[in-house]
Amino acid sequence: MNHSDSSYNRSSDYNNVRSQEDSIEDFVNQVLPRDWSPAARRWAPIAAGGALALIGLSRKSAFGFTLAAAGAALAYFGSRTSEAQTESVARGSVLLNCSPEEAYGRYRNFEDLPTFMHHLQSVTKIGERQYRWVARGPFEIPVQWDAEVFDEKVGESISWHSMPDSPITMEGSVRFTTSPANRGTVLTSVTRFDHPASDLARTFAKLLGKDPSFLMQQDLRRFKALIETGEIPTTEGQSHGRRSAFDKALEGLDPDSSKRSTSRMTETLNETWRTA
Amino acid sequence: MKAVCWMGANKMSVETVPDPEILNPRDAIVRISSTCICGSDLHLYNGLIPTMEQGDIMGHEFMGEVVETGNGISKDKLKVGDRVVVPFTIACGKCFFCQRKLWSCCENSNPNYWMAEKMMGHSPSGLFGYTHMLGGYAGGQAQYARVPFADVGPLKIPAEISDDKVVFLSDIFPTGYYGAVNCDIQPGDTVAIWGCGPVGQFAIRSAFMLGAERVIAIDRFQYRLKMAEEGGAETVNYEEVDDVVQTLKEMTANIGPDSCMDAVGMEAHGNNLLSLVDSAKQTLKIETDRPTVLRQCIQACRKAGTVSVPGVYSGFADTIPMGAFMNKGLTMKTGQTHMMSYMQPLLERIQKDEIDPSFVISHRVSIDEAPEMYKTFRDKKDDCTKVVLDPWANVKAA
Repeated sequence: MNHSDSSYNRSSDYNNVRSQEDSIEDFVNQVLPRDWSPAARRWAPIAAGGALALIGLSRKSAFGFTLAAAGAALAYFGSRTSEAQTESVARGSVLLNCSPEEAYGRYRNFEDLPTFMHHLQSVTKIGERQYRWVARGPFEIPVQWDAEVFDEKVGESISWHSMPDSPITMEGSVRFTTSPANRGTVLTSVTRFDHPASDLARTFAKLLGKDPSFLMQQDLRRFKALIETGEIPTTEGQSHGRRSAFDKALEGLDPDSSKRSTSRMTETLNETWRTA
Repeated sequence: MKAVCWMGANKMSVETVPDPEILNPRDAIVRISSTCICGSDLHLYNGLIPTMEQGDIMGHEFMGEVVETGNGISKDKLKVGDRVVVPFTIACGKCFFCQRKLWSCCENSNPNYWMAEKMMGHSPSGLFGYTHMLGGYAGGQAQYARVPFADVGPLKIPAEISDDKVVFLSDIFPTGYYGAVNCDIQPGDTVAIWGCGPVGQFAIRSAFMLGAERVIAIDRFQYRLKMAEEGGAETVNYEEVDDVVQTLKEMTANIGPDSCMDAVGMEAHGNNLLSLVDSAKQTLKIETDRPTVLRQCIQACRKAGTVSVPGVYSGFADTIPMGAFMNKGLTMKTGQTHMMSYMQPLLERIQKDEIDPSFVISHRVSIDEAPEMYKTFRDKKDDCTKVVLDPWANVKAA
């Protein structure tokens, strides 16, 4: 897989401090035609933004001032656009209060991953080391790919990548290492993938704070809760008084509030406890 | 069921909502017999802590009878019919922190941990009825409550002890006690305690239990100072002295109290210029917390002493005298109470008649009167110290 250093660094931006700026930058990035040269993609927004700023300032009105500010912003973010970014990297890590072998065993059972990975619909075994992954894409559109485990060391690490004929190119790996002084197991995970959805959908998701590393960290925290406590904490389905229209609208926008994934999670958990 | 719901700042309403259901294997449902309004609920009532949503069920001090358990709860831990006090912090019992008895730092009980991380770097445990940032769990000012990880938190209570004596094991008695533990009291020590609300009252009595020689209690309401005196404390009404810090020095041979406790928190009142500035900033939302008491604690504490902070802070506070804090070599200890470590030992003290916590109760009312009582408690009217709600009063058998 080939990816530029800049995209790697940006995507691994752990603290997510710049995510809002990045979103605007991404937006500027995708409205520009793909087939323009990098120089054109860089200078077009600067020129357009600069012109807008000049026109705006010449108006000497509130509207003109707003226009000038918008133009300046466009020029600024245009100056920062890099090559079109279609790849993203998600990274995360958690401390698990269990042995590396136990953590490995639970994670390696890929078919159970959707229990804690809420964007996954299903993982099905289709060959000795091959699995079919179905994810809930943006706007609930299912996205599917086949991947195979190409390297693994029992109790230490698992690496997988998409099969050559897969519509999506991705690779992932997870490592389990012992933390000193019996503090448990450190799980670190990295996934790289080409975006299956449109850039617009990606930007939309990012604006909601759902960047890939954030989503991965949420998955890992759910895995941690599951392996340590036998369940995943939730308030979905609890009682409350009348909600305001604003809160309801926010819940509708948040893909994580999907009742479907929660009910599936509850079923799986109850099944686990029955058989335990 | 009936539940007290937060409908916006200064708006509480008793709503009829669906009864809670088991959502996770280690859940239990408790039919609530007594529930209380906490001073920290007033921060929510005043709309000063972010991430509340209209319709959220309030309350984190409650007890009752277990009426249902999830299939992950073993019968020897908890079963239907058990009478329990539920701690306000929720802990899984299995993570790095729980295994070190740092229960209020539990890693697994806050599903919205990421909201708290944005504000604080890390998330404390989930709490009942105390913002979405701290879990978004429905609270216990209701007729029933769902209790997650019910095999860890709830403390079983023998039938012969009344609700009034044990309901405060849910928060304020252990919280006052933990505040005193954090004072690191040595023989001969003087402890100064700001705030003579219920937590301050329990802190006064706990400080003596832990060996304090003198306790000096600071407040501005005479009825609360009187209650502090009854607990053995010397008292200072800060509205009647020029300078609290100077007064405390004079009372301690100019050495200062060995430990100073802030049992007030983010909505401190004061009679100096800086506290007026804080009020203005809090109103304008450019400062979330008013740290008048914290400043005084740092200034008053003797060199190399300990500042203990059980009072609730939510975000950011300005003009903290870090120079004094550093140069005097002070230690600050704080945190939500590690409830599960203190409930059982304090129950034993109640059983041995060393203390009867019901002394703080000033009002007993039905749940229907809760919205009115929030106002009375906030405005310190009618000598209001502690409100206990009966969720079933005036209700025909359901």
